[in-house]
Amino acid sequence: MVTVLARAGLWLAVLFLAVIGVALAADGGFAIHMGIVALAALIALWFTIGGADYSAIARGVLKMPDEGKYDDDPVRWGVIATVFWGMAGFAAGLFIALQLTWPVLDLEPYLNFGRLRPLHTSAVIFAFGGNALIATSFYVVQRTCRARLAFPGLARFVFWGYQLFIVLAATGYLLGVTQSKEYAEPEWYVDWWLTIVWVCYLVVFAGTIIKRSEPHIYVANWFYLAFILTVAMLHVVNNLDVPVSFFGSKSYPLFGGVQGALVQWWYGHNAVGFFLTAGFLAMMYYFVPKQAERPIYSYRLSIIHFWSLIFLYIWAGPHHLHYTALPDWAQTLGMVFSVMLWMPSWGGMINGLMTLNGAWDKVRTDPIIRMMVMALAFYGMSTFEGPLMSVKSVNSLSHYTDWTIGHVHSGALGWNGMITFGAIYYLVPRLWGRQRLYSLRMVNWHFWLATVGIVFYAASMWVAGIMQGLMWREYGPDGYLVNAFADTVAALHPMYALRAFGGLLYLSGAVILVVNVWATILGKLREEAPMRDAAYDPAADKPILATA
Amino acid sequence: MSAHSTYDTLRHLADSWGLLAMLLVFLVLVAWPFRPGARAKNHQAATMIFKDENDG
Repeated sequence: MVTVLARAGLWLAVLFLAVIGVALAADGGFAIHMGIVALAALIALWFTIGGADYSAIARGVLKMPDEGKYDDDPVRWGVIATVFWGMAGFAAGLFIALQLTWPVLDLEPYLNFGRLRPLHTSAVIFAFGGNALIATSFYVVQRTCRARLAFPGLARFVFWGYQLFIVLAATGYLLGVTQSKEYAEPEWYVDWWLTIVWVCYLVVFAGTIIKRSEPHIYVANWFYLAFILTVAMLHVVNNLDVPVSFFGSKSYPLFGGVQGALVQWWYGHNAVGFFLTAGFLAMMYYFVPKQAERPIYSYRLSIIHFWSLIFLYIWAGPHHLHYTALPDWAQTLGMVFSVMLWMPSWGGMINGLMTLNGAWDKVRTDPIIRMMVMALAFYGMSTFEGPLMSVKSVNSLSHYTDWTIGHVHSGALGWNGMITFGAIYYLVPRLWGRQRLYSLRMVNWHFWLATVGIVFYAASMWVAGIMQGLMWREYGPDGYLVNAFADTVAALHPMYALRAFGGLLYLSGAVILVVNVWATILGKLREEAPMRDAAYDPAADKPILATA
Repeated sequence: MSAHSTYDTLRHLADSWGLLAMLLVFLVLVAWPFRPGARAKNHQAATMIFKDENDG
């Protein structure tokens, strides 16, 4: 009873503070955000009071969770949230690709490109990717520690608190509330909220590792832990801001000028390195061996992969600031560490791919394995392309062009997207106790639509980027630039249309995922021919009679 | 100490002893799974994820 009262009191206090925030708000965006917080606190209050088992409390029975079962509710919610936010993020991506192709779609002011673009990046990275990471980490840490999730109440708070962060971030972008730092757009109070949620996430994850029954901590958990710890550090340092008013959405960063730029790209690049790489590698190190039914090719290599990634990635950020006011030695340092990163990245890719050694036939027969192999192939490709683009002379051509956009998407759609889809297809039948997925053939369709979509996306952006770079630097014999900026924009139009087509294919594949996951959760099984079977012809299956 | 000399001291510390210390820590961590007798432990660690399939 005391805990129910304490929790209800806490939510009531949050509710009061949020209402005060609405009343005293210095700007409209802050008032709307405090309204959302008040609504969330009201819902939390409702469930705290309504969800408590008062008869059990009256009888003095302490309900303890069944330690003999894994706590999979937050994982199930996380999988559904991943699919939901994925659709939202992919659809936003397609829409902004169409806006770039046909600017008439730019709907002022709330749905213009400038506001929808961070909505897209945050939706796919933090909402789709973040939910996938939270859900799979809760699943994997329980299975590899052979222990039930620690702090079940806190785990539920992490899930719902993270959804509130997403809603606040997304509505903020549409309202124009932003600190204008790439991948760190949410304003100071949203940053504070995420910090609280993230610390709770660390407590749940580390708590489960501490209560493990297995002596060894499986390597996937190393990657998850590195992801959680490093993102906490990056997020806090990059968001050291001074709010103008405690009742307003505007704040100013502590670091200014080139220091601010370096901190931002130290954050930005390590968000790629630890959120989109280390976290998803953790998924790879569990789900690829499980789906292939073979242990990881080399456990030693996975340890080398881990430490090399940790020691090298953190220095690579300055390659985002080539030929700027940043000291030259810092630029060179960023470039050298980026090039060195190629080795551990490919070590990890080889480790994942070679896990299929002796079972390569599964690539033909199992579309989920095929998805995971494609993810690893794109991990390899984008971790080769990245170091290449970080070399100063290449960067002088590629920077500020669409080549960068193409590079990011071959990594995000190919590596992060595909490995997440593979993990979702692995998880859904197991989490909902189904015999199998609704349809394997639909997974196959998803695979091909996504793959062809990425090819259209990456190829068109390579052409667009290199064309842009070359047109920008083209001088005529008289020493003047040949092309005006508007000339390059006009030249890009067909490439932008092809990119949008690639995005459409990728989104169509994701629609098939939604149908498949939905039907699997409902318990339906599609009757379909198996993916592959040995040839059999009943007409020919008889002895040959001697002819007269 | 002036701001510049603080920067200078830290910079020189970073690219001498700091660099050496990080390199040594890195080498020890990477060499750790190659220590004698680690082969069996590595195998055990790699196959532990399949235990839940056959311990009923």
